[in-house]
Amino acid sequence: MSSTQYEAGSRETTEGRVFTVTGGDWGEVAEAVAGADDERIIVNMGPQHPSTHGVLRLILEIDGETVTEARCGIGYLHTGIEKNMEFRNWVQGTTFVTRMDYLTPLFNETAYCLAVEKLLGITADIPERASVIRVLMMELNRISSHLVALATGGMEIGSTTLMIYGLRDREVILDIFELVTGLRMNHAYIRPGGLAQDLPPGAVDKIRESVRLLRSRAHEYDKLAADNPVFKARLVDVGFLDLPGCLALGATGPILRSTGLPHDLRKTDPYCGYENYEFDVATADSCDSYGRFVIRLEEMKQSLRIVEQCLDRLKPGPVMVGDKKIAWPAQLAVGPDGMGNSLDHIRKIMGTSMEALIHHFKLVTEGFKVPVGQAYAAVESAKGELGVHVVSDGGTRPYRVHFRDPSFTNLQTVAAMCEGGQVADVIVAVAGIDPVMGGVDR
Amino acid sequence: MSEQDKAENEKPEVPATRREIPVEVVGTRRGMFGAQGTGDTSGFGGLNAPIVLPGPSERPYGGYFDEVADEFEGALEEQGLDVDDVIEKTVVDRGELTFHVAREHLLKAVRILRDDPALRFELCLGVSGVHYPSEAGRELHAVYHLRSITHGRLIRIEVTAPDADPRIPSVVDVYPTNDWHERETYDFFGLVFEGHPALTRIMMPDDWLGHPQRKDYPLGGIPVEYKGAQIPAPDQRRSYT
Repeated sequence: MSSTQYEAGSRETTEGRVFTVTGGDWGEVAEAVAGADDERIIVNMGPQHPSTHGVLRLILEIDGETVTEARCGIGYLHTGIEKNMEFRNWVQGTTFVTRMDYLTPLFNETAYCLAVEKLLGITADIPERASVIRVLMMELNRISSHLVALATGGMEIGSTTLMIYGLRDREVILDIFELVTGLRMNHAYIRPGGLAQDLPPGAVDKIRESVRLLRSRAHEYDKLAADNPVFKARLVDVGFLDLPGCLALGATGPILRSTGLPHDLRKTDPYCGYENYEFDVATADSCDSYGRFVIRLEEMKQSLRIVEQCLDRLKPGPVMVGDKKIAWPAQLAVGPDGMGNSLDHIRKIMGTSMEALIHHFKLVTEGFKVPVGQAYAAVESAKGELGVHVVSDGGTRPYRVHFRDPSFTNLQTVAAMCEGGQVADVIVAVAGIDPVMGGVDR
Repeated sequence: MSEQDKAENEKPEVPATRREIPVEVVGTRRGMFGAQGTGDTSGFGGLNAPIVLPGPSERPYGGYFDEVADEFEGALEEQGLDVDDVIEKTVVDRGELTFHVAREHLLKAVRILRDDPALRFELCLGVSGVHYPSEAGRELHAVYHLRSITHGRLIRIEVTAPDADPRIPSVVDVYPTNDWHERETYDFFGLVFEGHPALTRIMMPDDWLGHPQRKDYPLGGIPVEYKGAQIPAPDQRRSYT
């Protein structure tokens, strides 16, 4: 590269000389900095960098290879979901929340619906079958989210095989989601009061088969990564954060469990009937990225256990509360273009029952009213405690919805995990946190 | 009229000994169907119903709530604080316990909640802002959820500040996790958390004007054309709230 082109990549600012580097041309920066009086460089990594998990901006102050300060810049994916929900009715809210953390849509939906149901006072009325299917879908979602965490984490340290394995197995779960909800993501399947629709025919057999397939492949991750000395050399003792650090910074999920504390809301504060399932809470005592990796592997195995128990517990019954003032009136069905109104239902209300048509119209355009008050519901998402604070002013729309997204809180630990370490370890530490910017920025 | 009735009628009016229960009215609901701007021809258009938040609860609160309240109040007294000054009211609603804490005592209160061995709320789940524009003098609410892993408990702390003076002490000293949460609430509601190490915007760009999740901040949005028809922005549509 000629010197004139090289000059184009740098400019003088009030903060000193700024280089724009897109990869592969680090040598020039090093050369230019060698002439400077100190080795202190501030590196802006992102917001468009493949290994920062979406649009996360990392601001690193480095001295040689050592990170002396690490800060996160977030907000690049802020879409105003919480504000938008105040202008839609309570049921439409699920369509928004499913898009927050796009790798854990069913956790977002469940947490939101649990909070709305608490406000309505119908928590005890949710049909058993709806709760079982919610658990089933959440556990499948936990597996798919962990698979992405492993896959992207692997890719970032150069293990493309791990990425291929992870995304291949995630596809199995997404196929189930597509069969059940009509979509691979953005499902809006779990609704206040129950579910949008029951499992379609053949779903139970398909899920059983998929569980068998995933279980037969589980050992591949152990073989490929968990006992791999190269993999361990990159992960062990990297991204260290102990128990007091986790509690002070509010870190939950695999990060907290990697300190040895078996805190899991499914056990300590059960919802959706989790107290009826048998599973173990995976922990590690290494407080590092490797511990988090091993926990995710183990949690996927435990989730498969829960999924099988769900299939055994499934009994015929309704999937929506009986109260017709709350239950979504339409009978939905999965068509060739996703989920939509069942044609039989439309024929009935348009052709034979005017009252049903009026009722349908009122509930769909206006929605149901939720008594004044506030509620907090939390679920153990794949990333930690996903909390929802919902306020109602007695109307047909939420007055305020706030999500305590685990990615948002967990991302605060970046500084504690990375400062004093090497630049290359920042990537591993962030991958261990597994932040999803859709959830962080909402 | 008997002698006794006469005596009671002659009794001078005395102020009620029970503390007056403050009713938190956050707005008025007009009409019956929530439609605004369009002619409500139902005949119920003149209906006015106040929107009242759940009021203070009487003991026993039930479950572990009484124990938490006893320990909390006891610990406040030990610190030489007047319980009624610190806790404005205690609300139990929908199986959740809420302490409404006066903002000047927030820091002491959360420190007790975290450190007292019988309370031990070691995990703070962030702060959520709520804006009630029609609640004069208490427009901005900051809502904290605290979880005790030791005891398996969850409580809520609610603090208010007037719009004219939107300051609430920062709890980052006690719960460092609230660093980003307080920045978010500041960004969206304009609540100033005093003592926060670096209270800057976190979601919106640094030079943004206004605080988007306040109720007086419009949603914005543009009309969208769909199959030949103009669909107005969500906040401009006819709606039933």
